[in-house]
Amino acid sequence: MSNELTNLGVKEIRDGVKAGEFTAREVAEAFNAAVAEAAELNAFIVTTPDAALEAADKTDAKRAAGEDLGAMGGVPIGMKDLFATHGVQTTAASHILEGFKPEYESTVSRNLWNAGAGMLGKLNLDQFAMGSSNETSYFGNVSSPWRKEGSNAAMSPGGSSGGSSSAVAARIAPAATGTDTGGSIRQPAAFTGICGIKPTYGRCSRWGVVAFASSLDQAGPMARSVEDCAIMLGAMAGFDPKDATSLKMDVPDWEAALSSDLTGKKVGIPTEYRMDGTDQAILDSWEQGKAWLKDAGAEIVDISLPHTKYALPAYYIIAPAEASSNLARYDGVRYGLRDLPEGAGLQDMYAETRAAGFGDEVKRRILIGTYVLSAGFYDAYYNQAQKVRALVARDYEEAFAKCDLILAPTTPTASFPLGSLNEDPLTMYLNDVFAVPASLAGLPAMSVPAGLNPDGLPLGLQLVGKAFDEQMVLNAGLAIQERAGFTHAPERWW
Amino acid sequence: MSVDKQTVAKIAGLARIKMGDEELERMVPELNNILDWVEQLGEVDVEGVEPMTAVIPNTLRLRDDVVDADPLTGGGKRNDVLANAPAAEHGFFGVPKVIE
Repeated sequence: MSNELTNLGVKEIRDGVKAGEFTAREVAEAFNAAVAEAAELNAFIVTTPDAALEAADKTDAKRAAGEDLGAMGGVPIGMKDLFATHGVQTTAASHILEGFKPEYESTVSRNLWNAGAGMLGKLNLDQFAMGSSNETSYFGNVSSPWRKEGSNAAMSPGGSSGGSSSAVAARIAPAATGTDTGGSIRQPAAFTGICGIKPTYGRCSRWGVVAFASSLDQAGPMARSVEDCAIMLGAMAGFDPKDATSLKMDVPDWEAALSSDLTGKKVGIPTEYRMDGTDQAILDSWEQGKAWLKDAGAEIVDISLPHTKYALPAYYIIAPAEASSNLARYDGVRYGLRDLPEGAGLQDMYAETRAAGFGDEVKRRILIGTYVLSAGFYDAYYNQAQKVRALVARDYEEAFAKCDLILAPTTPTASFPLGSLNEDPLTMYLNDVFAVPASLAGLPAMSVPAGLNPDGLPLGLQLVGKAFDEQMVLNAGLAIQERAGFTHAPERWW
Repeated sequence: MSVDKQTVAKIAGLARIKMGDEELERMVPELNNILDWVEQLGEVDVEGVEPMTAVIPNTLRLRDDVVDADPLTGGGKRNDVLANAPAAEHGFFGVPKVIE
């Protein structure tokens, strides 16, 4: 029974609990056990089995009383450890926040609990969401449940939402929250054969989410089907007066409006995404994706996004600049780590605390950000990057005059072994070359599984929509899902 | 533009991150690689382009001028605010002596 329950997704669990096929408690117990058995993946920083049971009991009691169970009623989920959770350690995978127990709950997690979801635990990630392989966490690397055919090498689950992708792919959580600053939902989803959507900037409140780059950070769901993503995104999103950039718009019923009929829709194929260094298997899956969307009724049109090449370097000025400012708050005074050597003054305390608390990649980005914002360089770097960002956004505007949606690969390669890309930060950054442009423009973007490469590793296809048009993205995702028939699951080794 | 060890030391000082000699030396080529690579932005023609300030057009809202309008972010939360402080004393954040 428990094995069957952990194979279920969000919709199946919610509907099954509602119909009385099983109780929410049975579901929570099954996933708690699966989480406990999968410690080798290192997907969780802390587990909260009691919280999952408590939420489940609440759902079961509501059902007994004939009350509404909510959009996520009875569904236990993993919470990326970037969301502040009341009374439960919240670290952003950094030593500097070790032991921090927020006195408040993030809006997104609160929305999910209000919709009937329960928490299995806090998921590992790249430190402060800075990374593309989940190798920068203070709490250790996360392993993907996937392995190359004929190899036992530990593979990267992607990053920064690597704990989320690993847990969902391994079926130790039916769904998880992610956050995406420059691909951190889509790239890990692609690496692990699951779905993940980053909505339009402002759809999900950033209140209570540990800030990395505030003009880019956006939360979204990661799950194994497009329907599950639609349900969970609906539960996460909504206007929040506590976030100044929150969109004051109604949240559409994405689940109810799902349709894989793309008749009359135009899908744009950006010429500039044919880049050197892209795997042949990725290019093949892109071709396959076009055929699937055509089969669903869409017309394929060529489009141009001329500034694509410059999106990634612009991102690596803008994101570190915002990070250097956001991370100034970790000072050893108000929360988190304090390193105060004997006889040290206030300035020394700051410098010692931050030296001990931040990992290498975080320090690197703070230094880059501090440099590009410093006197004399601000115009040459930061202002130039923000101008290029405006041009990237303009490219999309012009492209969307000719199409309703854009289809592209999510990543230039499939997953890679942990430790294989560590020598040069730049090589790692290139993983997000296809994901970053939509982030810079604040557009909704999703990755859905397309198939396996010759090594038996998952590949993802990316769909980018117009601002506020998550529905188009989800619908095209559904069309691909129905045609790809991706039912592969990693073989259990943990 | 490229940075030398002295410049990296200055930036680390501005960022309030203590770095030893070895770490500074390691950072120099890493930062220069990244800076060389972002240099390519200089070739983009940005004549007449305004730097982006808001990714999705949005207007800044005014909240009602009410004390503690939102119970989650309003006042009267001293204990909550201090709960995670490494050194909270007498209802304040404790820090090392700043005036000799």
